[in-house]
Amino acid sequence: MHIHNYEKIWLVLAMLLIVAFISTVAYGATAMGVDMISDDEETINPDALDEDQRFAEPRVEQVGENEYEAYVVALQFAFQPDPIEVPAGSTVTFYVTSRDVIHGFEVVGTNANVMVVPGEVSTFTVEFNEAGEYGVLCNEYCGDGHHVMEGSVVVVPEEEYDGGDQ
Amino acid sequence: MSDALESGAPSFLDQFPDEAKLVRATLWSAFIALILGGLFGIIQTLHRTDILRVMDSSYYYTVLTAHGVLMVVSFTIFFLVGVFTWAVVRSLDRPLVDIRYSWTWYGLMVVGTLMAVVAVLGGFVDSTEMSADVLFTFYAPLQAHPLFYGGLAIFLIGSWLAGVDWFRAWYAWKREHPDERIPLQTFMALTTMLMWYIASIGIAIAVVVFLLPWSLGLFDEVNALLTRTLFWFWGHPVVYFWLMPAYMLWYTVLPKLAGGRLFSDPLARVVFVLFLLLSTPVGIHHQYVDPGIAEGFKFIAMTNTMFLLLPSLLTAFTVVASMEYGARRRGGTGLFGWLRALPWARPAFTGMALAGLMFAAGGFSGMINAGMNINYLVHNTLWVPGHFHLTVGTAVALTFMAATYWLWPQLTNKPLFSRPIGLLQVVMWFVGMALMSNAMHVSGLFGVPRRTAEPEYQGFDFTPAFGTMNEFDMQIAIGGTLLFISLGLFIGNVVLTSFGTKQSSLGEDLPPALSGPSDSPVVLDNLKLWVGIALVLVVLAYSLPLASIISRGGLFGPGVGTYPMIVDTFSALIESVAHAGITETLAQFEVGVIVQ
Repeated sequence: MHIHNYEKIWLVLAMLLIVAFISTVAYGATAMGVDMISDDEETINPDALDEDQRFAEPRVEQVGENEYEAYVVALQFAFQPDPIEVPAGSTVTFYVTSRDVIHGFEVVGTNANVMVVPGEVSTFTVEFNEAGEYGVLCNEYCGDGHHVMEGSVVVVPEEEYDGGDQ
Repeated sequence: MSDALESGAPSFLDQFPDEAKLVRATLWSAFIALILGGLFGIIQTLHRTDILRVMDSSYYYTVLTAHGVLMVVSFTIFFLVGVFTWAVVRSLDRPLVDIRYSWTWYGLMVVGTLMAVVAVLGGFVDSTEMSADVLFTFYAPLQAHPLFYGGLAIFLIGSWLAGVDWFRAWYAWKREHPDERIPLQTFMALTTMLMWYIASIGIAIAVVVFLLPWSLGLFDEVNALLTRTLFWFWGHPVVYFWLMPAYMLWYTVLPKLAGGRLFSDPLARVVFVLFLLLSTPVGIHHQYVDPGIAEGFKFIAMTNTMFLLLPSLLTAFTVVASMEYGARRRGGTGLFGWLRALPWARPAFTGMALAGLMFAAGGFSGMINAGMNINYLVHNTLWVPGHFHLTVGTAVALTFMAATYWLWPQLTNKPLFSRPIGLLQVVMWFVGMALMSNAMHVSGLFGVPRRTAEPEYQGFDFTPAFGTMNEFDMQIAIGGTLLFISLGLFIGNVVLTSFGTKQSSLGEDLPPALSGPSDSPVVLDNLKLWVGIALVLVVLAYSLPLASIISRGGLFGPGVGTYPMIVDTFSALIESVAHAGITETLAQFEVGVIVQ
C-alpha cells in the first residue's frame, strides 16, 4: 500500500500525541494521586435510606483529627444537609447518594464533581484549606424543578466550628 | 447556476428515478426535523440566557427534549440514510434490489419518529398524562410514556433495515462484478452500518428489555446504573454514526468541489475500518464520574478513546491534502497562497471546509473531555454542549447542509435557487456557532451547568476568570439567533429550489482517487474479519463492567423506583417536601414561578 511520506510523518506524530495523552492521564492517576470515582462502596436501597445509619440523618461527622465524613443525600430538588458545614484545614470524605433519580453533585468552580446514582454511593475526598463558602448545584437533569436544586458547602474558621450540626 | 449546466451528465434523478424519490423523501423528513429542532433551539437559548421567557421554566425540559431528539436522532439519521442510499446506488451504479422494501424501512422510521415526537410534545398539554420530559439521554428512573420508547424502537428497526437494503444491493452487485473491490462510497456506508449494528445492541436491550416493559408497568424497578451504561454503549458510537456520513462527503465530494480528487483511497478505507473497530468500546468515558464502575474500566475506555483520535487525525491530513491538490490544479501556488485558489464562492465547498475547520476545534475540546482526570472540571457543565455543537452541530450539520446545495439539484433536476444566499447561510452558521460555542465552553469552565432552565441560583454566583456571566449569555443568545436565521435561509433556499423549473444535465461525476483501491490490501475489504475484531473489543471493554454492575445492583436495580415525567409542578413539589421536610425548596420554587 502506497502512503505518501508526509502522511507517514503525520501518522507517527498522531500516534505520539495519543501515547502522550494516555501517559499524562496515567501519570495523574498514579504519581499525582488523582483518584477516579470508583466502585468502593456497596450498593444501597434508595427506598430504605431512613434505616441506613449513614444516610438516615444526613450530616458531617468527625472521624479523626482534622478528618471528617459528610453523608449527603440528593433528592428532587434539594441536597441534605444544607449547608454542609466543615472546618477550615480539614480533610472531608464525602458519601453522596440519591433518594430518587440520578442527580449531580458539583461544588461550583472546583473539580469536586460527581454523578449521584440511586442505589450507588459516590465517594471522594476533598481538602478544605481556607474558610469560605461554595455553591453546590445539581448538574444532571432530575425533573421539572431541576433548576432550583442547590446547596452549599460552608467552610468555617477552625475555632468557630461547632460540629456542623444545623 | 451556470456551472451546474457545464457538466452535461445525466443526473441521479435521470439515472435512478425511484431511488432519487426515496432520497428526497428522507431528506425532506430530515429538514422538517431540522426546522422544528431549530425552533425549540432558539426558544431554549433565549429562555436560558433570560433574554425572552415565553413559558414557565418547567416546560424548558420539554423543549430541550424535543430539541435534542429532533436534531440528533431525526435530522441526522434521516439525512444519513438518504445520503447513504444515494452513495450506495451511485457508487455501485445499480438500483436498489426492491424499492418497496426501501419504502418500508423509510415508513418505519417515520412512524417511529412520529410516536416519539407525539409523546414528547404531550409534555406541553397539561390535560394529558402523556409526556416524555426525559431529555435525549432518558436516564431511568425518570420515566417517559411508553409511546416514546416504542417510537425509538421502531425508528431503530427502520434504520437497521435500511442497512440491510444496502447490503442487498452490494450482494447483487458482487454477483455481477465477481472480482472487483467494493466501491469506496459503498464500503463507507457498509462499515458505518456494521458499526451501527454493534452499537445498537446496547440501546436495543435498554429500551426493549428494560425501559419499555417498565413504562408499561410490567415491573416496578430498573437498575439505573445498568440502563445508563447500556445507553452510553450506544450513546458514544451514535456520534460516529452522525459523523461517518459527513466524513464520506469530505472524502468523496469535497475534493471534487475543490477541483481535485481524493488523495488516497486505501487510507480512507483504513479510517473507516478504525471507526468500525473503535467506536463502541469507549462509551464508559461518558461515565468517568459515575459511582459503581471501577477505575480500571474507566482507564480502558479512556485508552480506547484516545486511539479513536487516530482516524480523525488521518482524516484531517487527507482532507487538507486533497483540497491543496485541487487548489494547485486550479492554479494556486505558494506555501499558503493556494488557499486563495479554492472555490470559496460555492456554498457547498465553503460550508464543508468551514465544517471541517470547526471539527478541528471540536476535536480539541473533545480531547479535554476524554482526559479522565480533567473531565472532573467540565463534566455536565455547559462546556459539554459547547463541544458537541461544534461536532454534531457544525461538523455534521453544516456538512449536511452544504452537501444539500450540491446534491439537491441532482435529485430534483432543478438548479439551486440562490448560491449567494447559500454562501451567506453557511458563513452565518459558522459565525453563530463560533460565538455560541465559545461562550458555552468558557461558561462551563467556571461551573455553569448544562441542561438547566435557569442557571441563576439563590445562594451563590458564578465567578468567571474573565468577562461577566452576562457577556457570555449575550454571546450565546446572539450566536443562537444567527444560527436560527441561518437555518431559515437554508430551508427557504431548498423550498424555493423545489419551485424552480426542471433542467437537464445537472449530473456531476465524482473523480476516482489519486491512489486507487488497487493500491490497498485486499484484507481491508474483509468485512467479516473487522466485525469479528470489533466484537472482541466490545466484549473486552464491556463484559466485566456490565457483569459487575449487574452483580452489584441486580438486573432490576437495588430498589430504584419510578418517576414518571408528568408536567405537574405541584405533585413533584409535594413529594419533595414530604420526603425532605424542607420548606425552603417550596419558597424558592414559588419565587421561580412568580418571576415568570
